[in-house]
Amino acid sequence: MNVPDDLFYTESHEWVRQEGENARVGITDHAQAELTDVVYVELPKIGAQTEARGQIAVVESVKAASDIYAPVKGTVVEVNKALEGNPALINTDPFGEGWIFVLKMDSTDDVKRLKDAAAYRKAIA
Amino acid sequence: MTPVSDAAQKKTPLYEEHVRLGAKMIPFGNWIMPVQYSGIMDEHQAVRKNVGVFDISHMGQLVATGPTAGVWLNEMLTNNTQKLEVGTGQYTFLLNESGGIIDDLIVYRTAPEEFLLVVNASRTDEDFAWLERHRANDLALSNRSADYGGLAIQGPRVVDLFQSILGDDVDLPPRNAIVDLAAKGKELLIARTGYTGEDGVEVFFPTKDAAMVWNEVLDKGKALGIRPCGLGARDTLRLEMCYPLNGSDLSPEHNPIEAGLGFFVDLKKPKFIGREELVKAKETGTANRLVPFRMKSKGPPPRPHYSVWRDGEQIGEATSGTLSPSLNQGIGMAYVAAPHARAGTEIEIEIRGQKFPGTIEKKPLYKKS
Repeated sequence: MNVPDDLFYTESHEWVRQEGENARVGITDHAQAELTDVVYVELPKIGAQTEARGQIAVVESVKAASDIYAPVKGTVVEVNKALEGNPALINTDPFGEGWIFVLKMDSTDDVKRLKDAAAYRKAIA
Repeated sequence: MTPVSDAAQKKTPLYEEHVRLGAKMIPFGNWIMPVQYSGIMDEHQAVRKNVGVFDISHMGQLVATGPTAGVWLNEMLTNNTQKLEVGTGQYTFLLNESGGIIDDLIVYRTAPEEFLLVVNASRTDEDFAWLERHRANDLALSNRSADYGGLAIQGPRVVDLFQSILGDDVDLPPRNAIVDLAAKGKELLIARTGYTGEDGVEVFFPTKDAAMVWNEVLDKGKALGIRPCGLGARDTLRLEMCYPLNGSDLSPEHNPIEAGLGFFVDLKKPKFIGREELVKAKETGTANRLVPFRMKSKGPPPRPHYSVWRDGEQIGEATSGTLSPSLNQGIGMAYVAAPHARAGTEIEIEIRGQKFPGTIEKKPLYKKS
């Protein structure tokens, strides 16, 4: 299972790429493999404010709908519109083209509370 | 994601094979079953285009034997067992006194005085206890579920597959019929039936043979594009055909008339459990009807328990829902108030507080082109 070293992770299987004061968020390779064929993504609204661990998006496979949580507190500044036409990008490229949204973080210190790659690997082992 | 606990979960004789193939295993009733191997979409398409194999060893087998077995079953089940010749089967219901559905099942006449009931895994013990409680003294009833493994082999290339397994001297039985290969020295029952809308069979064999039969089918099927298929594809395939799932679309709170399955109820029979309620339901009509529906837009797929609306009024609730791999659109089944049950009715499905348009359809939702 792919767990890139340069990302942060949540217990609910989101990943975070810190880009200055922004956090790009998606779900992990492990999560997409568990969910299987993603057929629909409900994206958050740009400008939406969220607490850390607030429910903010929904990813649906053939079998079920799964909630996606904001890893950190912040405001949604970008969403991945490509997922509306091609939700399977989450399966084919979870850490790249399959990103879901970008948060402007209230505090960049918040990412430090997330798991690093080693801790996440341990969590899914 | 919920971790799968091994506690109190029954394994089919093919459990090790599923794990070896990398299946994702999930709890299903008391069982731990494969939900998918290569992926629901891929498995679904394999069954529609080629052939797929499902482990159905969890399903229950009850056997009723005795000179009065047929007469007795006719009072237990809704369809008419007197119409069954040896070697044929029929879809039927086991009802409670108020006409509610305990189980839907297939009953086969395997000998003049012997009937095989193939029942839902989650209802096997309940069905057996119910039947045993109502059993007449001059017949025997046994629960053979642990003795049998089973496979559903489904798809347009099933005949080719069986030719390569059994050779030319064994013909598959006609639709709804069952053959016992004991006479040919094989412990194998083959029934021409299924839950996918494709040509196919369900086969039953001694538990000890399960891995051998499974691997033989996969091996001989390789050239035909076979896929091992899990519960995920089983659900999308059956829902495209509007075959009901007990526990979702059927339950003791609903009767077969409401479920639109009156075809499998013989009200001309003078006596069977639940008959009075069904006669009433037929005469006065039922308050609700189980109907298939299809979403209009590329929105989120419908799911069980989503509410169904028309003109700002809630008219029902979905019992099944998924994204149809064949239609690439959301489909489902719902109980709706009878005045709104007509095919073509425009409805809305509420999904996370937002309403998405759909239409009530006729069965089946998917037709082979």
